[in-house]
Amino acid sequence: MNDPSAASPGPLPTIPPLVALAMRPLPLLPLQLVLGGVLQRIHRRNPALFDRLGPHARARFGIRPIDLPFAFVVEATPPRLSVVRDLPPGLDARISASFANLLALLEGRVDGDALMFSRELVIEGDVEAVLALRNAIDDAQLDLAAEASSLFGPLGVPVRRAFEAARGHVIGSSGQASS
Amino acid sequence: MMELICPAGTPAALRSAIDAGADAIYCGFNDETNARNFPGLNFSRDEMRKSIALAHGRGARVLVAINTFPRASAVELWHRAVDDAVSAGADALILADIGLMDYTARRHPNQRLHVSVQAAAANPDAIAFYAETFGAKRVVLPRVLSVPEIAEITRESACETEVFVFGGLCVMAEGRCSLSSYATGKSPNMQGVCSPPSHVTYEQTADGTKSSLGGFAINRFAVSEPAGYPTLCKGRFSTAQGAGYIFEDPVSLDATTLLRGMRNAGVTALKIEGRQRGRAYVESVVRHFRHALAALESGSETDIASLKPFTEGQASTLGAYRKTWR
Repeated sequence: MNDPSAASPGPLPTIPPLVALAMRPLPLLPLQLVLGGVLQRIHRRNPALFDRLGPHARARFGIRPIDLPFAFVVEATPPRLSVVRDLPPGLDARISASFANLLALLEGRVDGDALMFSRELVIEGDVEAVLALRNAIDDAQLDLAAEASSLFGPLGVPVRRAFEAARGHVIGSSGQASS
Repeated sequence: MMELICPAGTPAALRSAIDAGADAIYCGFNDETNARNFPGLNFSRDEMRKSIALAHGRGARVLVAINTFPRASAVELWHRAVDDAVSAGADALILADIGLMDYTARRHPNQRLHVSVQAAAANPDAIAFYAETFGAKRVVLPRVLSVPEIAEITRESACETEVFVFGGLCVMAEGRCSLSSYATGKSPNMQGVCSPPSHVTYEQTADGTKSSLGGFAINRFAVSEPAGYPTLCKGRFSTAQGAGYIFEDPVSLDATTLLRGMRNAGVTALKIEGRQRGRAYVESVVRHFRHALAALESGSETDIASLKPFTEGQASTLGAYRKTWR
């Protein structure tokens, strides 16, 4: 009997190096404006999201997609996101994984511990703060395509479809459970 | 059919467990009264009330774990957890401490009690004590017993038995292990945290990753080598006999192939470990065992390899259920 829960082996795909190279000259400000807007919207729609951070509410997290030529600095209180070429020193914690795995983690489509076991997720710094952030995000059941498309007003529907198509291409329809 | 008891560290995970086919979900309050007291995890009082109402509406039960051992100076915290779980409508309380069982049996005589694995009740006499003294209806058996031993205990006990079928594997006598406490001053028994993340560090080196607990280096993983939790019991040590894993390899329990044996042993319920895991784990593992139970009932075969991506060290074991060392 086939098991519908069967997770196929193998990691999610990474961004091809040539594509990453082509993205290197792109300006970061437009991306920062869009992603910052997404974070603000997520916070407005889920005001209790970062309650789970507890004493780590003011922690600064560095998030580096290992297959992209830029990284993110994220703060929960107040919600703030910066796009940077290189992570600055002095962060509370650094999280590294492929862009696809980071996206899938944000939407709760993969299990963070499983990514640690398979060495696809690297954590440095304050492990407790990272764990609190992971649990807060996992409970929030984020839909990034819905959150991002809501920034585009009347163009939201086609933008959402484009986001969903891009997400499906990067992480599949349901991530780890069926990737 | 045996019941499927599933973990939830957040309300979202509880909903995932129900969607995937859980008969019951176990969870705890966000404090040191439960043995998975990790940051950002667990339920506020309000979340517990709402989650129990939601579960009941979907035909699932909620078992509240209050399974650490109360500190002498703060027993009130544990008493309040019991009172609040009862008033929230918990279908059962999972308790480890005999003082707390006594409190619950006296204060809430109609509340169903389960004996936590943390109580390490591993023989019929111990189980009979809990059943006769406090009216316990079920015991969660320690993961140190073979299937024939489980069958014998179940046959001789008035209590229902519940056994773990998947997830993290404690090789120590649960509720008695002091390894985490030795390294960090905190333990799953008292503070609800084994290897608290506040005491864990990962250092990236040219050769891979070094994990430390409480300042003690406990493992080094090569760049692509599968890893496990940063617990002392799954650390690598240098001894006079050589270097390597002394207590246990980083590996997860997977008893999918033993479900028939568990049923024949008279086991009432199967438990999935992992309240600290994400929704993706809960969804996939619960669905897998729901499917495996259906296959058991219909007499067909089931896929046994599908849960490997969720296992520590990318490997699984039958643990003590199939003892080969005695």
